[in-house]
Amino acid sequence: MNTQLKLSVSPHIHSGRSTRRIMLDVLIALLPATAAGAVIFGLRSLLVVAVTVAACVGFEALFSLIAKKPIPVGDLSAAVTGLLLALNLPANIPLWQCVVGSLFAIVVVKGLFGGLGANPVNPAITARVFMLVAFATLTKAAFPTIVDTASSATPLAAEKATSLTDLLLGLHGGAIGETCAAALLLGGVYLLVRRVITWHVPVAFIGTVFLTSFIMEGMDATAALAAILSGGLLIGAIFMATDYVTSPATPWGKIIFGLGASLITFLIRYFGSYPEGVSFAILFMNILTPYISSWTRRRIFGMGGSKA
Amino acid sequence: MAFSLLHGVHVPHRKNTRDMAAVRMDAPKTVVIPMSMHIGAPAKPVVKVGDTVKVGTLIAEAGGFVSAPIHASVSGKVTKITDYLLSNGTTVPAVVIESDGEMTPDETIAPPVVDSRDTLLEAIKRSGVVGLGGAGFPTHVKFSVDLGRIEYLVVNCAECEPYVTSDTRTMLDRVDDMKTALVAMKTHFGIRNIVVGIESNKKAAIKSMMGLMNEVVATGECTFTVKVLPSVYPQGGEKVLIYHTVGRVVPVGKLPIDVGCIAVNCTTLAAIGAYLKTGMPLVEKCVTVDGGCVKEPGNVIVPVGTAMSEVFEFCGGLTEAPDKVIYGGPMMGITVPDTSAPILKNTNAILALSKKETKLPKTTPCIRCGRCLNTCPFGLSPAAIARAYDKRDTVALDKLGVQACMECGCCSFVCPANRPLVQTNKLAKVLLKEEKAKEDAKA
Ligand code: SF4
Ligand code: SF4
Repeated sequence: MNTQLKLSVSPHIHSGRSTRRIMLDVLIALLPATAAGAVIFGLRSLLVVAVTVAACVGFEALFSLIAKKPIPVGDLSAAVTGLLLALNLPANIPLWQCVVGSLFAIVVVKGLFGGLGANPVNPAITARVFMLVAFATLTKAAFPTIVDTASSATPLAAEKATSLTDLLLGLHGGAIGETCAAALLLGGVYLLVRRVITWHVPVAFIGTVFLTSFIMEGMDATAALAAILSGGLLIGAIFMATDYVTSPATPWGKIIFGLGASLITFLIRYFGSYPEGVSFAILFMNILTPYISSWTRRRIFGMGGSKA
Repeated sequence: MAFSLLHGVHVPHRKNTRDMAAVRMDAPKTVVIPMSMHIGAPAKPVVKVGDTVKVGTLIAEAGGFVSAPIHASVSGKVTKITDYLLSNGTTVPAVVIESDGEMTPDETIAPPVVDSRDTLLEAIKRSGVVGLGGAGFPTHVKFSVDLGRIEYLVVNCAECEPYVTSDTRTMLDRVDDMKTALVAMKTHFGIRNIVVGIESNKKAAIKSMMGLMNEVVATGECTFTVKVLPSVYPQGGEKVLIYHTVGRVVPVGKLPIDVGCIAVNCTTLAAIGAYLKTGMPLVEKCVTVDGGCVKEPGNVIVPVGTAMSEVFEFCGGLTEAPDKVIYGGPMMGITVPDTSAPILKNTNAILALSKKETKLPKTTPCIRCGRCLNTCPFGLSPAAIARAYDKRDTVALDKLGVQACMECGCCSFVCPANRPLVQTNKLAKVLLKEEKAKEDAKA
């Protein structure tokens, strides 16, 4: 019976929740939006999803191989990046652009900064912004739906309002996964229930956009509702602004992050000339995250002060 | 409560053995008694090979002020004084006694005469009692203070570690021993306020402690509170418990007495009470024997120095080869290389855990999810500490307050990337200490 037993530092049990399981939950939470996209924009959207996810996973494996790092099999983070990126692209985008975008997300934004956990900005968001700039003429001419719908097909523009029902169902122009509010909210609830994310970022972000729009639209609740149901706000606030790596970890940090992102979105929407509000806002707050994190560090018990 | 509770985690309780009254096992063939079963200087053996000893015979005297005497746990013959490798890597002598199977008590054993502060303190010292919650800090040292400073005696009945129920058994089966100790402390140490901190998942024990409260209060002149606390790990962490029971914050690097408190584990109290009543020092220990590999889990009263393997044998043996065998609970317990390791004074459980129970996720890079820092009871940022430690940045480590870490394991427990956070904190603390020593040497 005196065989060598395993020696290790405590603790010897674990909550059981792994990185892989968290990533899997994010993928599951994005399924409704993916399905809605396929219905609204046609089956080609699934092709975009498949190519982007495959490209992201492939580039991650390739990059790890070249960088002589262990291939992160199965942490599923590249798949999450791929799916998020795809859902932020229009269904009629040329597939080669998806591949270039994936390359940018995985190799430039994630890989070169040291891989999972080390990237300062969200790979999917940054790739989306990059593609918007790089393929601007292409996308604008042929595929106008990639632009933030806030500036073209939503009530925010002075045009005729899309009905709230259409917004909830996602029956308007936009990227594959960003239009169907109902599907995104369903995914958000799943993430909250599974405790993958907390309410702080989405509530601070979406709530403040609602408030500012309410005021700017002359106290019109319908217009304010339309503002939060459109323009990539939901997918951004629920899925991208809650990315662990690039947003603060403390509750107060998250609230500041959400507030900041919503104010920038607001400024861009109402005063900016650039069409993409939400992505830029999140990207900007990503960059501020290390500062927010150090401002909002929790007070250490028993160090200064008499409170916890 | 005017203040909010500290963070923590909901660990699985797995208190399978809580309804099993302790059973005394038969005399083991031999016992191996290390001279260091407490914090502080090892005890000095006072017996030689060939000496005959009985249960309770002094075999080693305290090796300094912060130390504790050690007594024979079986009757028989000292056969060897060997070297024993402690889990912290240092080697101390160990007295090996071959049992005659009789368990004859030493005839000089008699209840101590206690009629003053000094005689009570001396009695506690002679009882060999150390912190039985696991820390093993010699109990008499805690009370060797200006007694006027003690405003609260906090009795630690939290028992927050999964599996472990030996304290629960103390609260159910040894109320009288606890009472003897408390009344003596009240009378001779002038304790005015007693607070019992207990987790809400121990219904029967809470009732029992309420009864104890009534009995002690009936003897007059003190307040007694039973505080029922949520079952959130690490409720039994000394500083956590003091904060949750009396609302005081023990500053980093300070002791409970610096805020007018002394915290004592309930089994420690019972051991003192037993000594006051009978004069029999601490020579046996109730341990919870559990884990997926133990055939008949239970609570067993074991002579100190008995090999784990014999205790497992007493519990029907092991059903499969365990992945890990540990002293104590799974959150803070210490693994042993093999089951010849002896039961120590401060052992409250031995667990033979199966692969299934010890399953950890794969270690992957930190994804900055914040779970570690949001669960740390003390508000530390383990992920940031780990990054600072990687750079050996002692200035940052100091600022991040790593020296406050109590190594409770909440952070590692919740980390989805299974980062070795507790281990890193331990290493970082050592690094900081070395750095400080270097600076002091320079100055
Ligand atoms: S819990 Fe683990 S993965 Fe999450 S921030 Fe802490 S160290 Fe990183
Ligand atoms: S940092 Fe230390 S005190 Fe905080 S949870 Fe981890 S082990 Fe416990």
